[in-house]
Amino acid sequence: MLNPISAAFIKAKQENRPAFLTYTVAGDSSKKQSLNILKSISKNADILEVGVPHNTPVADGSQIQTSAYRAIKNGINVNDIFKIVKDFKKFDKNKPVILMGYYNMVFQYGENKFLNKCKVSGVNGLIVVDLPWPENKYFAKKCKKKSIYFIQLLSPTTTKIRLKKIIKDSHPMSYFISMLSTTGGKLKVSPKEIIKNYNKIKKINPKKKVVIGFGITVKTIGKLKSADGLVVGSAICKEISKSLKHRQNPVTNVSKLVKKLKSKIL
Amino acid sequence: MKLKKGIPVIDQGNKLGFWGGKFGGNFVPETLKKPIEDLEILFNKLKKDKKFIQERDKYFKNWIGVPTRFIKLENLTRHVGGAQIWSKVVSDANGGAHKIYNATVHCLLAKRSGKKIICGDTGAGYAGKMLSMAAKKFGLKCKIFMGAKDIARQQPNVKAMKKNGAEVVPVYSGSQTLVDAVSECMRFWVANCDTTAMCVGSTVGPAVFVRICGWSTSQISRELKVQLIDEFGSMPKKLKLYNCVGGGSSSFGFWNEFMDYSKKQCEFIGVEAGGPTKSKKHAAPLTYGSKIGILHGAAQYVNQNSDGQIEETESISAGLDYPGVSPLHCFLKDTKRARYTAASDEQALEAYKLVTRFEKLKPSLEPSHAFAVAISESKKLSKNTVVIVNSCGDAYKDRGILEKRLGKKYVKSN
Repeated sequence: MLNPISAAFIKAKQENRPAFLTYTVAGDSSKKQSLNILKSISKNADILEVGVPHNTPVADGSQIQTSAYRAIKNGINVNDIFKIVKDFKKFDKNKPVILMGYYNMVFQYGENKFLNKCKVSGVNGLIVVDLPWPENKYFAKKCKKKSIYFIQLLSPTTTKIRLKKIIKDSHPMSYFISMLSTTGGKLKVSPKEIIKNYNKIKKINPKKKVVIGFGITVKTIGKLKSADGLVVGSAICKEISKSLKHRQNPVTNVSKLVKKLKSKIL
Repeated sequence: MKLKKGIPVIDQGNKLGFWGGKFGGNFVPETLKKPIEDLEILFNKLKKDKKFIQERDKYFKNWIGVPTRFIKLENLTRHVGGAQIWSKVVSDANGGAHKIYNATVHCLLAKRSGKKIICGDTGAGYAGKMLSMAAKKFGLKCKIFMGAKDIARQQPNVKAMKKNGAEVVPVYSGSQTLVDAVSECMRFWVANCDTTAMCVGSTVGPAVFVRICGWSTSQISRELKVQLIDEFGSMPKKLKLYNCVGGGSSSFGFWNEFMDYSKKQCEFIGVEAGGPTKSKKHAAPLTYGSKIGILHGAAQYVNQNSDGQIEETESISAGLDYPGVSPLHCFLKDTKRARYTAASDEQALEAYKLVTRFEKLKPSLEPSHAFAVAISESKKLSKNTVVIVNSCGDAYKDRGILEKRLGKKYVKSN
């Protein structure tokens, strides 16, 4: 069976637009609410990235940190996260879900046990922020055996030789970090420049899908339309924080934001 | 797992930077792969470069003021009535602590790589203070990340950093201590690695930072070896080296040159921060059997829950208040070359009182932990045993805490 992640790219391509990926933190602000958010945005998002909150996230900016701390404070654990994914899949079984997190969470759970649990819960892909290539080779192979995509990260600092090696080992989807930044930083390079770097990666193997993430907002998403896929994370986390602050319903507000983001790339 | 003889411990890691096949490594975001590789190439080249070594030695001698004193604590020895107690007074170094070695080397490397800015983390404020001093000396802009809780409790060092022209960035996330300062500093580097060099303040972080720091602080044992032979004519038959362990930079440097001696002749004792007696929290992952986990880019024994969330620590000593520990010490523990134990806040304070009562020496709260264990174990040792405690920091920065916990008389005489 085709991995639903690949199916999502095919569908987006047919509609002549990039795939739209959202990132929300599991358990933010509660287990129930984060599940409801996933349900409410799934009609507008093509792929759902679900963050596994960690309390020393070295690559995340303040928005995602806030979401992660909030989720941890409200008692989320790894098993709860699998449960959220499983429950979501009952609601929308074909929507691809990617778990994104830090290696210590996988390591403590046990790589094999973690992957088995991913499989039974319906996780389709994994992003492990601090397990770069080539350290991730062995784990990526394990993922492949389970038909789970291990998604390689690429950055503006990744050298050309390294890019080629990573792409060669990569699964059908990779993730290009738009700029030198933690998540949610202000876009400090022009969308034109980002697309230029993106095209360099695409040239290596045009068949493999590459999404762009970091710093994408309502204002900038439209200018990056030519990519295979675009990820918005911090802007959504920020919306949750804002809603909570104003005692509004995060589910409706996030749903509205996601709809708006989607409209910019149609 | 085995320690090899004749090869520096910092160079005993495998290709991917793991000591003993499992400690250390480079668990970093992709963005940092290139800057880390660049730093590795530069460091590997320069550590073999005679000119660079000469330059380092010149600054160590003329600016840091090595060698630091090696003194016998006669009165304390008499009072304890067991082994001879000596101290390597590393706090003599410019700035008042061992952190100056690593800071100086990082600034020299930054200059060579053409970077104009250097960022660093700090707990007790010493790593930050020294980095600010070295940055000023070498004409680099300096940015220091420090937990808000540590800023409040280590004011003298904060003032020193600012005076040296560094920007001190308070970190409010998590426990607001060293662990969060290191995270925030790494985040800053992720976003600015094209223009900025990073100095990790201890033998922690991605493998190259562990190596650079260990290489720098090894100055301590290099000079101690000479001093021992000057003093005793040859290496003493029974030597015990006590050192506090937070991240582990001073202890590693204090032991490195003695690595190849047998444990029987030269024993290493690392003292971690056990925290307040009444609290379950501690900063002693080696002593209390914490599991291996990933923290700040390296696999190490680290305080964490079953899910892998890093646990909060508690210690009177900001410099030891860190949930993990250097991969080098994990390696030395598992190869049984070093022995690790902990002292509580209260034991450290008692030791401080005792040392200052008998000697003209004011160890900061970090080495006071080492003194606590050294004094207690010395009682049972013969007088031909040479006990040496690395007094790696000066208590000036702790005067607020000391005044609060022990009263004014322990601070005034400073």
